[in-house]
Amino acid sequence: MSTTIQLSRRRFLQGSLGALTLAVTAGGLVTIVRAADADSKKYGADSMPGGTVDDPLVFVSIAEDGTVTIVAHRAEMGTGVRTSLPMVVADEMEASWDRVRVVQAEANEARYGNQNVDGSRSMRHFLMPMRRAGAAARQMLEAAAAARWSVPVAEVKAVRHEVVHPSSGRRLGYGELAADAARQPVPGTEQLKLKARADYRYIGKNQVRLVDLEAIGKGQATYGMDMRLPGMVYAVVARPPVVGGKLRRFDSEKALAVPGVVKVVEIPAFQGAPAFQPLGGVAVVARNTWAAIKGREALEIEWDDGPNGGYDSADFREALTKASRATGKTIRDNGDAVSVWNDAAETERFAADYYIPHLAHASMEPPVATVQIKEGRAEVWTSVQNPEAARTAVATRLKLKPEDVKVNVLLLGGGFGRKSKPDYVDEAAIVARAMPEGTPVKLVWTREDDIHHDYLHTVSAERLEAVIDKSGKVRSWLHRSAAPTIASLFAEGAKGQQLFESAMSAINMPYRIPNVRVETAEVAAHARIGWFRSVANIPHAFAAQCFIAELAHRAGKDHRQFALDLIGPARQIDPGDMADTWNYTESPERYPYDTGRLRGVIEAACQGAKWGRELPRGHGLGLAFCYSFMSYTATVVEVAVDEKGGVRVLAVDMAMDCGPQINPERIRAQMEGGAVMGLSLALTSEITFEKGRVKQSNFHDYQVLRHNASPRVIRTHLVNDDHDLPPGGVGEPPVPPVAPALCNAIFAATGKRVRSLPVGTVT
Amino acid sequence: MPQLNVNGQTREVDVPDDMPLLWVLRDELGMTGSKFGCGMALCGACTMHLDGAPVRSCVTPVSAAAGRAISTIEGMESDRVGQVVQQAWIENNVAQCGYCQAGQIMTAVGLLKTTTAPTEEQIDGAMGGNICRCGTYPRIRAAILQAADRLAQGGE
Repeated sequence: MSTTIQLSRRRFLQGSLGALTLAVTAGGLVTIVRAADADSKKYGADSMPGGTVDDPLVFVSIAEDGTVTIVAHRAEMGTGVRTSLPMVVADEMEASWDRVRVVQAEANEARYGNQNVDGSRSMRHFLMPMRRAGAAARQMLEAAAAARWSVPVAEVKAVRHEVVHPSSGRRLGYGELAADAARQPVPGTEQLKLKARADYRYIGKNQVRLVDLEAIGKGQATYGMDMRLPGMVYAVVARPPVVGGKLRRFDSEKALAVPGVVKVVEIPAFQGAPAFQPLGGVAVVARNTWAAIKGREALEIEWDDGPNGGYDSADFREALTKASRATGKTIRDNGDAVSVWNDAAETERFAADYYIPHLAHASMEPPVATVQIKEGRAEVWTSVQNPEAARTAVATRLKLKPEDVKVNVLLLGGGFGRKSKPDYVDEAAIVARAMPEGTPVKLVWTREDDIHHDYLHTVSAERLEAVIDKSGKVRSWLHRSAAPTIASLFAEGAKGQQLFESAMSAINMPYRIPNVRVETAEVAAHARIGWFRSVANIPHAFAAQCFIAELAHRAGKDHRQFALDLIGPARQIDPGDMADTWNYTESPERYPYDTGRLRGVIEAACQGAKWGRELPRGHGLGLAFCYSFMSYTATVVEVAVDEKGGVRVLAVDMAMDCGPQINPERIRAQMEGGAVMGLSLALTSEITFEKGRVKQSNFHDYQVLRHNASPRVIRTHLVNDDHDLPPGGVGEPPVPPVAPALCNAIFAATGKRVRSLPVGTVT
Repeated sequence: MPQLNVNGQTREVDVPDDMPLLWVLRDELGMTGSKFGCGMALCGACTMHLDGAPVRSCVTPVSAAAGRAISTIEGMESDRVGQVVQQAWIENNVAQCGYCQAGQIMTAVGLLKTTTAPTEEQIDGAMGGNICRCGTYPRIRAAILQAADRLAQGGE
């Protein structure tokens, strides 16, 4: 179920939402739901707009030559979903992969089911629908062959792109059966015969490479940035440097004098909460991207900075830290953590403060969209995680019906959460509307635009307090988190983290501690707060996982053993017992918190890293673990810290249990990538504000990990592979344990505690 | 009006002298294999070769490329080292989103043309200017080492 932001009735009415409720899911889906619907409990895919579709006629078509075309309905941003989901269909339908062609669906959730590639949900929600679609297609082919031969369908069998009748030796290829098969009734769900695991050809087998792999290597793959149309013009936008700022005046004369510049278009500032609306500003349209950039440099603009003009990261950090040390709003309370703390001897109390700054996504392809408006219709070519949201934005902007807006989904050059917000598509629609009918407009964000105007990862101060007795037993645990909420994106003035944020590694901790309290502080947002790969798990897991290592050290115990003792024996916990009634929208019965699986990944990562081994002076091993997006991860980082405090990551061991491993090779790729992204944010990345403006602008001052700083060894350990379990997410779970594992390793190497990111140099 | 030699073909363009080579190829010549990532020679996504040496085309004025041999990712299929590197990229399943990979491959080809058996440090040195936000670095390293081996064996 989606998390509902409880707005006051007054605010509802101000927002003219009436009896409707604004619902936000962690992955960033925003929907307006009727109040009555908000109460009915739907889980997982069923709670998503569009739900799921498993109709083989929607996803599969077969040509007379036997070519099987499978629709990839979810966008490719690097996780491999455009390959892995069609691979599942192909496996179930016994199609040979070398005769399969994948086509990308346009935005149409009514037809395809949910298309929002976000929240590590693709395989979680579409494994079974894709299996059913494939199985149905197979059974229709078998029925067509049986009818052709006038034999009972039980006597025939689909095998590798043909249907065979073993007793007579007859066989017919899929191409020969295609027309008849399409006329067969689509079997109902209860009639489907899904494959047994032993019969899989592709699922779990690493037999399939990315469908775009060869094209990527040849420079032939088409990303949103690569869209070209005859007569196309190029636009870049000068946006208010402060969120909520407005245009006071501008002079476009010099811009229009730049050769190649054809027009200057004002973009209206957003009203109310930012949501997915453009920030506003002035677009410069030109014959090529370079001329548009030069034209923008020549604009003369005065801005009114508005209410966020004083946003300053140094001041805000103080405010956050202060808020994290004052009593907040209680969101989980077991026992009496406050009294235990108050009554404890000073020597038994232990507290620590952690800080995690804003982060920018900085996908290698900056946001970009192409829009053409013609004869009352709009066509869009873009790289978006959420195509339907882009369609809605353009339809709303241009006052068109959604069916009159076609959104073509091109490859994404990375997304990481940024590209589920279609503000840049909306901007392109505004500019296209201002151009002569039919002019295609490609609106390009430069890297500076991307860093300055991102939907940033929030900024957090995390306070942990524990009472730990002389024997090393933790008697109480308090975790207080102070961070602007993603809800502020959709509800003006929203303060304090919502359940869907707290339920990412703050409240849902399974440790056997008798007194637990989790609180959030009410702090306001002064920037656009978005979701960044693994979202609130980043700060919450960083703080909690560093803190456990600190407690272990205080208790004089081995971190691994201390953690396993805290977790306790293998058992399944109802997330509701940890005040987590969100559970990533999934059913608590299907997806309980399984401490046995958590133990499993901790053991695997430690075993991979040879935990406990002797290390040279200045080297250290650090452990951290996390449960997120229904998957369990643990990481051990090995570092070397030199005399000047320079940190070198030597190796990462990452273990994951995501339940069934559908495309293990791509799961490992996500784990490797998650390790690198986790180290990026841990070591070097930070966005700061001064006078409301982002201070960083490009990769020289917003630094991300490069080859030379990347560990040469990343060992991935896939655990469990239980196909009786429902699938867990893969894209996001590798990120959260990396930063705390690194800082715990630095402590092991140096005895110095790093509680604030990015690490930089250890002093 | 510069005349350009791109992957062995002569191309006429009518653009200002200071226009970066990247935008000339992408917007004027429709060659979109080389990517825009930063515009400041910080990420390497736009890497091409000028007379065989890797350059960041996002900051290379078109005037500096006139009269010189420009090689891009689109031309690597007919380059012996390029072919081997592209094949190694496939065999190692390097790409995730893939956006940076054209630039990574162009830099790797440049490295292997001057350094036939690169050490780990030489790989770090050559590749340090190419960012991959998906984090494919370990596989890029493996692909480069594999390609170097293949080339040392004189293989295709």
